[in-house]
Amino acid sequence: MELILALGIGVLTGSGVWLLLRPRTFQVIIGLSLLSYAVNLFIFSTGGLRTGAAPVLEKGMAGDLALHADPVPQALVLTAIVIGFATTALFLVLLLAARGLTGTDHVDGKEQER
Amino acid sequence: MDHLTIAPIVIPLLAGTLMLLIGERRRPLKAAFGMTSALLQLASALLLLLLADGITAGTDEAAVRVYRLGDWPSLFGIVLVLDRLSALMLVLTAVLGLAALTFSLAHWQRAGAHFHPLFQFQLMGLNGAFLTGDLFNLFVFFEVMLAASYGLALHGSGIARVRAGLHYVAINLVASLLFLIGVSMIYGLAGTLNMADLAGRIAGLRAEDRALVEVGAAILGIAFLIKAGMWPLGFWLPTTYAAAGTASAAIISILSKVGIYAVLRLWLLMFGESAGDSAGFGGTWLMIGGLLTIAFGSLAVLATQNMARLAGASVLVSSGTLLAAIGTGQVAVTGGALFYLTSSVLAIAAFFLVIELIERGREVGADVLAVTREAFGDDEDADEEEEIGLAIPGTMAVLGMGFISCALLLAGLPPLSGFLAKFAMLAPLLGSGDGVSATTWALLAALILSGLATVIAMTRAGIDAFWASPAAQVPRVQVSEVVPIMLLLALCLALTIQAGPVMRYMEATAQSLHVPRDYVRSVVPAPQAPEQVEKGGP
Repeated sequence: MELILALGIGVLTGSGVWLLLRPRTFQVIIGLSLLSYAVNLFIFSTGGLRTGAAPVLEKGMAGDLALHADPVPQALVLTAIVIGFATTALFLVLLLAARGLTGTDHVDGKEQER
Repeated sequence: MDHLTIAPIVIPLLAGTLMLLIGERRRPLKAAFGMTSALLQLASALLLLLLADGITAGTDEAAVRVYRLGDWPSLFGIVLVLDRLSALMLVLTAVLGLAALTFSLAHWQRAGAHFHPLFQFQLMGLNGAFLTGDLFNLFVFFEVMLAASYGLALHGSGIARVRAGLHYVAINLVASLLFLIGVSMIYGLAGTLNMADLAGRIAGLRAEDRALVEVGAAILGIAFLIKAGMWPLGFWLPTTYAAAGTASAAIISILSKVGIYAVLRLWLLMFGESAGDSAGFGGTWLMIGGLLTIAFGSLAVLATQNMARLAGASVLVSSGTLLAAIGTGQVAVTGGALFYLTSSVLAIAAFFLVIELIERGREVGADVLAVTREAFGDDEDADEEEEIGLAIPGTMAVLGMGFISCALLLAGLPPLSGFLAKFAMLAPLLGSGDGVSATTWALLAALILSGLATVIAMTRAGIDAFWASPAAQVPRVQVSEVVPIMLLLALCLALTIQAGPVMRYMEATAQSLHVPRDYVRSVVPAPQAPEQVEKGGP
């Protein structure tokens, strides 16, 4: 499970970084989205991976991190998803405004001269 | 009285929310709300400053005030912590907010939609970032602050702003992702997000975890240094600040100092003297990065033709100076750096405001403003504006004085506080007795050369604006635009005259930052039960 998750995060990050460095605004926003997925998975994984553990507490058992999943990273990842979603949406609006004002989808607002 | 600590967050939040309910047309009402909120924030910030300094309590020791949100026990809930540094930053934010808001009443509030709510949320994010004592809560307030700053940087629209804003938003989104990676790495290994608790756990880490925590802290540091505009990470800064509207630029110019604040607070908490093997981690990097930033900033100052970009470049110089001074890791130098921070924040904001008034006579800036106002169809306000527009006499003389004061402050020349600030940083460096190291000489040279570069560039820009522009008309300036500039410059003058008490405060701040015993003790309940240490790492 660790290997699959690590590979998933790695592939998402790699693709995200590559797309982020591309010259088209659409590629940049997809790159940012992939990167934020990777980061969200990463935060989630810092709580430790285990199957079948109780979400927070089990009845009649003392709270111990060895027995249940750590709830803090889950709370963090929720916040991060919400904030990431909102800021990406804001970037999308800006991207459309830039397209409308400059007439090109290049990130610098003008086509590169060849 | 306890709830005063949270007032700087609640006041702008309420004001901004109420403004959203008022229609876009009722601008005077919104402006009144905004001004009231800014004044209340200033009052509460000043009160908190007095409390943090222990003046009202009548005791000498600093009162670190901890506000537990929802009254959860310290390590379970989120805490707001008020100490001298946060109180200082709160006052700076409130002063800057009041000045920028007053300035915006003349023109800028009409340049686009929702200026006033955005402005209040900007203040809320800034105040929150300075107050919080929780790493993840810091991230949330950073995002509040950034989201509002995106809106303010784009306020007034136009191609230049959208183009610069696209880069600004993209870079800051990446920085936020780095922030998250850093925070979660630190949580995964140290098992806490509370800054004060974290400080106590660094020393007790296992050797194999230590390297990873340092990597996490470094990633976190990169996120802060992007905000501060350290050399390879700061190319976006002059363009964005130059493109932003004046009132927005004046308030978002403190955003770079939020990065500095975060570095100062977390670096000294986590990697201070009590950090065992990790003590002083990254100090050299701050020093080198700061020096490179000063070098790049000075070149940028010399190279720019445009005054707004000149102001942006001086933000880089001041960030670099602060980083290098903090990187020395000496208490006295940090004290000087805090004085420099106060002086340069006020001076740069005043400079941004002065620039617009000077440029207005030269038509370039006026054009942009006229176009944006036309785009938002604000014709009916035109007559009213003529009536409000009380032109002040001797405009050019006032602007000239303002410009010269900014130049002196930014270059660090004698009569004003800029000089005192540089002196306060350099004197302890040279006077420490046992030999002066190579980096100290480098810092000394960098500070003096950057001052020289600023003098040259400001002189050139000043001659260009005041003496050598034949076609220039005397700009039409309103009282409400000059008053904030005068306020900011008068504060710098007050810093100069009252340098003694101010330096005492700064030194006490630096002392408690370098030895954060009080800070940690007030947040973390005293005898920490060993079973609370949760080692839940993967």
